[in-house]
Amino acid sequence: MATHEFAAGAAHAHAAPQGFIRKYVFSLDHKVIGIQYYFLALTAVFVGMFLSLLMRIHLIWPTASLPLLGEIKPEAYLSLLTMHGTIMVFFVLTTAPQGGFGNYFLPIQIGAPDMAFPVLNMLSFWTTFVAFVVMLCAFIVPGGAPLHGWTGYAPLSALQSAGPGEGLGADLWIISIALFCLGALMGSLNFITTTLDMRAKGMSLMRMPLTCWAWFITAILGLLAFGVLFSGGVLLLMDRNLGTSFFVPLVTVNGQLAGHKGGSPLLWQHLFWFFGHPEVYIAILPAMGLTSQLLSVFSRKPIFGYKAMVYAMLSIGFLGFMVWGHHMFMSGMSPYSAFAFSILTMAIGVPSAIKTFNWLGTLLRGRIRFTSPMLFAIGFVSLFVSGGISGPFLAQPVLDIQLHDTYFVPGHFHLIMGVASIFGIFAATYYWFPKMFGRMMNERLARWHFWFSFIGTYAIFMPMHYLGMAGHPRRYSQLTEVNYLHGLIPLQKFITYAAFVTIAGQFIFLANLFWSLKHGAKASDNPWEATTLEWTTATPPPHDNFGGHTPVVHNGPYEYSVPGAPRDYVMQTDPEILAAH
Amino acid sequence: MGLVLLIVIWLITLLSTYFFIAKTWWLPAGASALAPAIDHHFTTTYIVMGIVFVAAQLSLGALVWMYRDRKDARSAEYSHGNATMEIIWTVLTLVLFVGLNLMSSSIWASERFRPADPGAVRVEVTGMQFAWYFRYPGPDGKFGTTKPELEDASSGGEGALGLDTTDPASKDDVVTSTMFVPVNHEIEVILRAQDVIHSFFVPAMRFKQDAVPGLAIHMHFTPTQTGDYEIACAELCGLGHYKMHGMLKVVSQDEFDKWLAAREAEKQ
Amino acid sequence: MATFSPTASVDSPTVARDDHGIVPPVRRGGDDGGSGRPGSPDYRTRLRRARLGLLVALTPVLMLFVSFTSAYVVRQGLPTLDPHTNQMVRDWIPIKLPNLLLANTCVLLLSAVSMELARRQMRCEAAHSPAAPLAAGLFNGEEAMPWLTLTILLGICFLTGQWLAWRELAGRGFYVATSPSSSFIYLLTGAHAIHLMGGILALLVAGGAALLQRPAGTRSILVDVTAWYWHFMAFLWIYILCLLEFAH
Repeated sequence: MATHEFAAGAAHAHAAPQGFIRKYVFSLDHKVIGIQYYFLALTAVFVGMFLSLLMRIHLIWPTASLPLLGEIKPEAYLSLLTMHGTIMVFFVLTTAPQGGFGNYFLPIQIGAPDMAFPVLNMLSFWTTFVAFVVMLCAFIVPGGAPLHGWTGYAPLSALQSAGPGEGLGADLWIISIALFCLGALMGSLNFITTTLDMRAKGMSLMRMPLTCWAWFITAILGLLAFGVLFSGGVLLLMDRNLGTSFFVPLVTVNGQLAGHKGGSPLLWQHLFWFFGHPEVYIAILPAMGLTSQLLSVFSRKPIFGYKAMVYAMLSIGFLGFMVWGHHMFMSGMSPYSAFAFSILTMAIGVPSAIKTFNWLGTLLRGRIRFTSPMLFAIGFVSLFVSGGISGPFLAQPVLDIQLHDTYFVPGHFHLIMGVASIFGIFAATYYWFPKMFGRMMNERLARWHFWFSFIGTYAIFMPMHYLGMAGHPRRYSQLTEVNYLHGLIPLQKFITYAAFVTIAGQFIFLANLFWSLKHGAKASDNPWEATTLEWTTATPPPHDNFGGHTPVVHNGPYEYSVPGAPRDYVMQTDPEILAAH
Repeated sequence: MGLVLLIVIWLITLLSTYFFIAKTWWLPAGASALAPAIDHHFTTTYIVMGIVFVAAQLSLGALVWMYRDRKDARSAEYSHGNATMEIIWTVLTLVLFVGLNLMSSSIWASERFRPADPGAVRVEVTGMQFAWYFRYPGPDGKFGTTKPELEDASSGGEGALGLDTTDPASKDDVVTSTMFVPVNHEIEVILRAQDVIHSFFVPAMRFKQDAVPGLAIHMHFTPTQTGDYEIACAELCGLGHYKMHGMLKVVSQDEFDKWLAAREAEKQ
Repeated sequence: MATFSPTASVDSPTVARDDHGIVPPVRRGGDDGGSGRPGSPDYRTRLRRARLGLLVALTPVLMLFVSFTSAYVVRQGLPTLDPHTNQMVRDWIPIKLPNLLLANTCVLLLSAVSMELARRQMRCEAAHSPAAPLAAGLFNGEEAMPWLTLTILLGICFLTGQWLAWRELAGRGFYVATSPSSSFIYLLTGAHAIHLMGGILALLVAGGAALLQRPAGTRSILVDVTAWYWHFMAFLWIYILCLLEFAH
């Protein structure tokens, strides 16, 4: 009877495909799709990083003429920052952790042979890919890329005449984001259905690794949020091209009536931030899940407070939909609403604090192994704390008066969302590279990469808090006009030099990645001595993940250093441990 | 490696904290009635969050060093957590965060939950790509109508605002490109924008408010020290955003009255 | 080779320490459905999974229209600054909806009925069919085809009617950008129409699958999922109509 079931499983709906196109281009295998997403994100992060390099150069040398690019005009600077933010938030932070690693490892970690809807999975990648191409096209059309910031506030984003780049470039930007929404929604569909319906026997929800919980909750956030962003995009496209007035009141640009009336710029902000706030949790949750995982594996200790970690992530997800107004304290929104949003925002700091305490609790009395994934996980905790501490300043409207739209804000969000999430991506790469490609990455190069990144990103983003306190507004392409900014130029110079060094360090990672693909030391099936299901299968995993077997789970995911066990780790599929806990 | 991590984390923490304490780059001196309360709350928040920051980072550094794998027979502790501790630190954090917020909310309420005093000096502040204009209502106390069709930025002042000169209430309106206000007198600003969102930001006054097209937003503040204060635009408004600055001049009541009288006389 | 411990799996079922004997074979999960014979666990699993997927997929569609609704409500009540008078004024003028929309609604409701009949027909046959190979040609969903076809035709009829309603509005001088209320009428009806087109496409695929003699289980699932989607579209239409007509 058992073998009969296996025959059905082995005669897997889509047996391993043949041919280059079916195997590597339009693959239905979640592992290949995960790798495709990863390399898309890798390309995007280097593009985004290059854009920020140009920004930093322009800020301190505004009149410099660069090879091939010439002088960067003020509007070009604004296009750089718009595209930097958009590409990083969407095509890196929302792509690599979820579409990349989530796609690859969610099915394996829950014991499934693939995602629920493989064809949809393949479509979701290609939709995202097309979205990226469309985004890049904004650079090369007449007028260039838009200059309205990744937040795209109307009427600046709604009027073609409001600035260079606000023509076709802005339309392409919106279309790209709309396509991205569709791709992300398809992905969410798969993640949620797979998690709910395809867990192996014994893999109850409360035995799932925290990475799976993170991907699951992230997918739910995306499911609820991307539809709203899409709606905003549709309305914006209509305002821009069909003459409607959803977001544009009676305005004149360059003395000409723009032809709209009655619309509300605040409506755009509400719609955008209703998506935008959950989006930042979408960016960070997978990294939180992974950090929990790595701290446990490399401390050889169960995660401190598994249930609390789950509830904390659920609360963060839930509350995340109720705090969007904290981006709008100065917008003209009602001060009473501001008060309500600020209380909820302070409340959302609580589950994040719980997670931090639990990470520290995991390290306490552990046996810490300083592998490269662990370094980045420890780095994540430090960055998360730093970025998180600046949150309560911005969350209080009366302090936000001073800090809103100053450099304090990018200081905050780069640390807690940008860099922390990137550290999660690096950690995931070093951790899972052996399983994905059968080779270890070079530890020495990894350490250099870690130090460059950790010290470098602090050197870039910590000073931004000081700039913000001193009143330095955001999105200024030059610091020469407003007098009180002159004294802050030396600090801006320091930030730029720090950026040079940090960016240089990222090439160590790139070199390590590509070199290790071919020449890395061969990896065993479980080089980290970890307990979750991906380490029970071959390296790299076979097409249906478990080679015809279906795993049966008996243990939780963090059974390390169990008293009386033969080794300091017990796989999830090992016989059930009888230790009481 | 554990020791190196500890040193680096501690150094970064202590260095960053030093610059916050030393106030090397800091808030400009406050010059409005609300500034002392805001600055006091800044300090409170700093101290509280600073303690948390230092404690968390120093613990992180200490833990990774103390519990490094010493390759001996000691095994890690097998513990899934401590529910009591969870509850304690959850409640403490909640009390701390909400407490801080309620303290600041009373300051917020005191300024923003009430309209301006009836006797406040009213100034209409209009942002446009890429300049600020200021309008005083004149002796009749009324702002005249403006018509978008009449806007002509090149003629400056009244022309830039599109002031409708056929409206009797417009005749005495004073339009300037520098904002004069009297010290120790509540100022009501009515914020408007012609094209896109701008933001009126005067750091020393601890005052910031977006100027949104389609809205006339009423805010108020009371300057308490004379001087010249730069106004910076704090909402991305296009390619000239970085150079859209203005000047707020806080002068004595006498000087202000004289200045305003002179401007109004010009309108006769 | 591997450095991991031997995993307990159905291959070696006696590993369980507490001697429960053979670990029962895995039924759910790890099984992406093979040939999809209706009536087998495969079919039920696939149906459940497909329905779950649809439920999840309808969530962002719902959020899209919730978002449009909130924009609608906000815009309706929103005062805006009239620069000529320096006063805040409300500029919302409701539009009388074309009567054609009521006729279209009837058409859509009829199509929901025929859709449901198609769905039940296919489910009936799927339940009755034993786990026998389908080469027998015994069951090919022929009974459901008329209902499917009728649904497609009624759907197309509805869309045509919507387009005619748009023409009527345009004839009265109401285009997309004429006024905020006209913008919303076009927006809401247009977004709904696009989604309905997706449903028609799915039905055409289902019809095509029948003609191409695809496995019956697959076709049954396709029609089932499309039917629920169709019903959702019908409810959504009623909601949109009520919003446009009654919300003030």
